[in-house]
Amino acid sequence: MPGEPAVLSIENLSVALPEGGDREFAVRGITLDVKPGETVCLVGESGSGKTVAAQSTIGMLPKALPVVAGRVCFESKSLPPQRSKAFDSLRGIKMAMIFQDAVASLDPVQRIGRQLEEILAVHGVDRRSRKKRVLDSLETARLPDPPRIYRSYPHQLSGGQAQRVVIAGSLLLNPRLLIADEPTTALDVTTQAEILDLLKDLKRERKASVLFITHDFGVVAEIADRIAVMKEGEIVETGSADAVLGAPEHPYTRRLLAAARKRDPAREASPAKRVLEVRNLSLDYKIGRLLSKKHIHAVKGVSLQLEEGRTLAIVGESGSGKSSLARCILRLVDASAGTIRFKGDDITEEKGSKLRALRKRIQFVQQDPYSAINPRQTVLSAIAEGPIIHDATKRDAEARATELLEVTGLSVNAGSRYPHEFSGGQLQRICIARALALEPELLVADEPVSALDVSIQAQILDLFRSLQSKFGFAMVFITHDLRVAQSISDDILVMKDGEVVESGAAAKVFSAPSHPYTKALLAAAPDIALRRRAAA
Amino acid sequence: MTAYILAKFARAAATLLIAVSLVFIFIRFSGDPAAALAPPDAPQEVIDQYAEAMGLDKPLWQQYASYIGGLLQGDFGYSIHTGKPALELFLERLPSTLRLGSTALLIALAVGIPLGSFAALNRGTKVDRFAMAFSVFAFAMPNFLFGLCVILGGALLFQTYFGGTDASVLPAALTLGLAAMGSFARFTRSSLLETINAPFMRAAEARGVPYMRRLVAHAAPNAAIPLVTLIGLSLGALIAGSVVTEQVFGWPGVGQLLVRSVATRDIATVQFIVLAIAFTMVLANLLVDMLYLVIDPRIRTR
Amino acid sequence: MESLKPRARPPRIPWSIRLSFCFIALFVLFALFGEILSPYGFRETSLFDRLLPPGSPGYILGTDARGRDVLVRLAVGAQITLIVAIVGTLIGAVIGSLLGIVAAARRGVIEHVIVAAIDVQASLPIIVVALFVLAMFDNSFTLFLLLVGLTGWEVYARLMRGATLSVQERGYVTAVRALGASPARIYLRHILPNILNVALVQFTVNLPLTVLLETALSFLGLGVQPPLTSLGQIMSEGRDRLLTAWWLTLFPGAIIFLLALSVSLCGDWVRDRLDPTLRSES
Repeated sequence: MPGEPAVLSIENLSVALPEGGDREFAVRGITLDVKPGETVCLVGESGSGKTVAAQSTIGMLPKALPVVAGRVCFESKSLPPQRSKAFDSLRGIKMAMIFQDAVASLDPVQRIGRQLEEILAVHGVDRRSRKKRVLDSLETARLPDPPRIYRSYPHQLSGGQAQRVVIAGSLLLNPRLLIADEPTTALDVTTQAEILDLLKDLKRERKASVLFITHDFGVVAEIADRIAVMKEGEIVETGSADAVLGAPEHPYTRRLLAAARKRDPAREASPAKRVLEVRNLSLDYKIGRLLSKKHIHAVKGVSLQLEEGRTLAIVGESGSGKSSLARCILRLVDASAGTIRFKGDDITEEKGSKLRALRKRIQFVQQDPYSAINPRQTVLSAIAEGPIIHDATKRDAEARATELLEVTGLSVNAGSRYPHEFSGGQLQRICIARALALEPELLVADEPVSALDVSIQAQILDLFRSLQSKFGFAMVFITHDLRVAQSISDDILVMKDGEVVESGAAAKVFSAPSHPYTKALLAAAPDIALRRRAAA
Repeated sequence: MTAYILAKFARAAATLLIAVSLVFIFIRFSGDPAAALAPPDAPQEVIDQYAEAMGLDKPLWQQYASYIGGLLQGDFGYSIHTGKPALELFLERLPSTLRLGSTALLIALAVGIPLGSFAALNRGTKVDRFAMAFSVFAFAMPNFLFGLCVILGGALLFQTYFGGTDASVLPAALTLGLAAMGSFARFTRSSLLETINAPFMRAAEARGVPYMRRLVAHAAPNAAIPLVTLIGLSLGALIAGSVVTEQVFGWPGVGQLLVRSVATRDIATVQFIVLAIAFTMVLANLLVDMLYLVIDPRIRTR
Repeated sequence: MESLKPRARPPRIPWSIRLSFCFIALFVLFALFGEILSPYGFRETSLFDRLLPPGSPGYILGTDARGRDVLVRLAVGAQITLIVAIVGTLIGAVIGSLLGIVAAARRGVIEHVIVAAIDVQASLPIIVVALFVLAMFDNSFTLFLLLVGLTGWEVYARLMRGATLSVQERGYVTAVRALGASPARIYLRHILPNILNVALVQFTVNLPLTVLLETALSFLGLGVQPPLTSLGQIMSEGRDRLLTAWWLTLFPGAIIFLLALSVSLCGDWVRDRLDPTLRSES
C-alpha cells in the first residue's frame, strides 16, 4: 500500500517523564506510521513507553507527562498534544481503544446495553436505531445470546466476554483506527486465541487500522503486518512482520525473540528413585457463610509421580486446579481425599512439629516475587531464616545464604538490602535462594516466571535448570504457559477443571497430544504462529 | 440476593439481642437494682417490694426471660422521678430531637457533598486545600466549644440568645451538623477521586463520552455507593453529638433527657433511651444494606 | 542486572505540621510543669479575687467564680486531659488490636463472637455507652478512664482483623510457613511488624476522639469530678458566665480544639509517611 496516506503518523514524538523517574523521557523521538487496513504491533517490555505512545494518539496522556517535541497526525491532521475538546469528535467515531482489563473498563453499575448505547447517543445516533445496532455489534463480536449480554452487568461476564463487549463497543461507529493496549494479556490462552481471531477477521471485514500494543512476540507473530520494537522509550527496530521475525537486526529484538522461542531438546529419562507419589487426590473448598454455602471441587482425583532430579510441569488455564494441587503437595492446605507419599512415607496427615520438619525437604517458589518476601526483612535474613528455623546457627545460616546469593546470580552485598530495592527478576532469584537454603529434595514452583518480562523469564528458567543440575532436586513446575512448560519439563501433566486430562513425557505430549483439550491448548498458543513463521 | 437479605436481617436481629442482653446484664449487676430504683431514703420494706416486683428472688434466666418478655410487651419501666412511663418521657422529647437532627443532617449533606465534589474535581487547587482544611477543622472542633461560640456570637452580633425552647433550630443544627459536614466533604472527595481515576472512566473518555456526561452518568453513581454507608454511620455521630449540643443550647430533646436522667440516676429512662438508640442504629444500618440492593447491581445480581 | 532502584528522598515537612508539633510539645510541657507558673494551688480559693479578667495583677489568665487562679487550673486540667488521652487511647488500642488479631488468627466461633461484639459497639455511640454505665455505677476516675479508653476499640479490632487477614494471605507468610516456621514465629516476626503501622495510624486518629469524649463528658458534668479538674470540667463551670467571664470557657476550649487539631494534622501526616498505600488520596 505504498503511497497511500497513513491513517496515523507519529512524527519524532518525545514525551517527558516527571523529575525523579528512572529516565528523562517516557518516549523519545519515536516515528511510526499506521497505514489504512494495517495492523502495527508496538512491542516492548513493561516500562518501555509503549502505553505512553498509545495514550498520546488518543489524547489521554496524564498531565504529568507533557509532549516536548514532535507531533501526532491523524488522517493527515495534527492532533493537539494534550487532553482537548478536539478529541471528542474523534474518539469513538474515528478512533477507538480497547484495554487490558476489559471488566474494569466498563462501568460496574450500568448494564452493558446502556453503556454501548451511550457511545451512539453521544455521537448523535438516532434513539430508535441504537438498540438494534448494539445487538448487531454484539453479534459481530461473536458473543453468545446478545440480548442477554445486553441486559447484563459487567461483573456477570467472563474476562473474554467483557473484552468482546468492549470490542463490540469500539466497532459501533466503524472507526478507522483501533488502538489495542495489551487486550489479551489478562486472558487464558484459548480465550486469547479467540480474541485474536476476532480482531483479525474484523480488521479484514472492516478495513480498519490497528495499533496493537503487546509484550508478547507470540501474539505479534499471530497478528502483525508491521512491527515496531520499543526499548526504554525508543523504537529500536521497525519493519514488516516477516522481516523483523525472520531476520531481526537489533540485538534487543533478537534477545526478545530468542527468549520467546527458547526450548531444550527433551532430556533423557533415566530410571531413578521416586520422590513424590500422589494418588487420587481431591480438594474441596467450602465457601460462603451460613446461609449460602457452596462446595467447590478444586482438585478431583489427581494421581501423579515424580522421580529424583526430574521436572514435572503441571499445565492448565486459570481455575484448572493446578495451584490448589501444588498447595496440597506442599501441605499448606489439607487434601479432602487421597494420599501424598514423599520418599515412600505417607505425608497426607502429618501435623505439628513433624510437618514443620518435613517442610525442610519440600520447598516452594511462588508466582509473585514482590509479595513473597517480608518487606521488613533484609534479603540475607530472609534467605537465612529457613536454616535458622531448622536449628542452624546464625553464622552458618548466613554463610549459606551468602553462598546462595552468589549461586543465584546476585551480588553478595545485596544481602543487606530490603526487598523493595530489587526488580521482579532479582526478587525471584532471592526467593529461589531462600527455598534452596534448606537443601530441599523437592521444589514446588507455582508460576514462578509468569509475573516477569520475557527476557527475564528466560534468565530465571536458565537458573532453575542450572540449579537443578547442581543440587539435584526434583521439581514440580506449575505454569499456564506451554512455551515455559516445554522448555523446562521432562514430564507434563495437563489439567482442566480439576482433573488430569493428559500426562506423559514432555516430548510425547508436545509432538502427539492425544486429548482434544491439549490439542486446543497447543493450537491456541500464539507461540505456534511464531514457530510457523520461523520455519517459513 | 435472598441470602443477602436474610443474612442482613439475621445480623440485625442478633446485634439487637446482644445489645438488649448487655443492658440487662449491666442493670442486674450494677449493685442492688431494687435499691437503685426505689426512691431515696426508702425504708427496707419498700425496697423489698421493689425486689419482689422485679423478680429478683427468682433464678437469673427467669429474670432474663421476664425482662425480654416485658420489653416485647412494651413495658419499659417507669421514671423514678416523675413516675411516668419511660416511653412517654421519650416520646415527649422525640419530635424536637428529630427536628434538630434532621436539620443538622440536611445542612451537613447540603454543604459537605458539594464541597467534597468540588475539591475532588479541582484537586490540588485552593478550593481543594480549603475543603481539606475545613474537614480537619470540623473534626477537631468540639461541638460544645463551637456551640458556645455560636451563642456568644449571637449575643454579641445580634443581641439574641440562640438557646432555649423557642429559639430557632438553625444555630443548634449548624453546631450539631458541623462534624458530619466535615466528614462528608472529606469522604466525598476521596470517593469521587477514586472513581474519577478508575479504568472505566478512562475507557469512557476513549469512547468519546464528554466530560460532564462522564461525571454525571458514571462517576456520580459509583462514588455514591460508599457514601451511603457513611451517611448511615454518621447517624451514630449525630446521636452522640446531639447529647452535647442539646445540653449547650438548652434544647428540650432526648439528649438532654438522657444527660439529666444519668445525673439523677433515673435508670429506667436511661435504659429505654439506650435501647431506642441501639434500635435506631441497627435499623439504619439495615436500611443502608437494603439500599445497596437498589444502587449496587453487583450485590443485587450476585 | 544488579542495578538497584534509587532510594526515595524524604519530603519536606510542611509548616502546618511543624506548628502542630510545636503546639503538642508546648501542651505537654504546660501539662507537666504549668503549675510552676502560678504561686497558687489549683484548689486555692480567694473570695476577694473572684472573676478577675485576664491580665489582672497576680492572675495572668484571670480567676473563676470562686477566686481560683485560671492559669494553674488550666495546667492541672491539661495534666488530667493528657493522662486520660494517653492512657485511654492505649487501653482501646491494646484491647481492640488484640481482639482483632485473635479473631483473624483463630477463625471459627471466637471470630464470630468478636465480630458480633464489634457490630454491637458500632451500633451504640461510645458516649451513650459511657452515659449508661455512669448511670449504673458510682463515678470514679478509674471507671471513667476505662470508659473513655473504650473509644474506638471496635475500629482497632476491625482494622487489625482486616490487616491480619490480608497479611496472612501474602506470599511471604505462605513462604515462611513453607519454610517450617512455628505459628509463634509467623505471628510475632512476620505478621505483627507488618500490621503495627495500621494500629499506629489509628492511634493518631483515635487520640483526638478520646480527648473530645473526655472533655465532652466532663463538660456535661459526668466526667472528671471535683475536686479533680480537667479542661472540659473547667469549661462546664464557666459556661453559665459565658458573656461576663468569657475567659473561663474560651481558654480551655481553645486548648482542647488546638490539641485535637494538631494531633489529627500530625496523624494525617504520619499516616502518609508510614504507608503510602493508606494515603488519603493527596
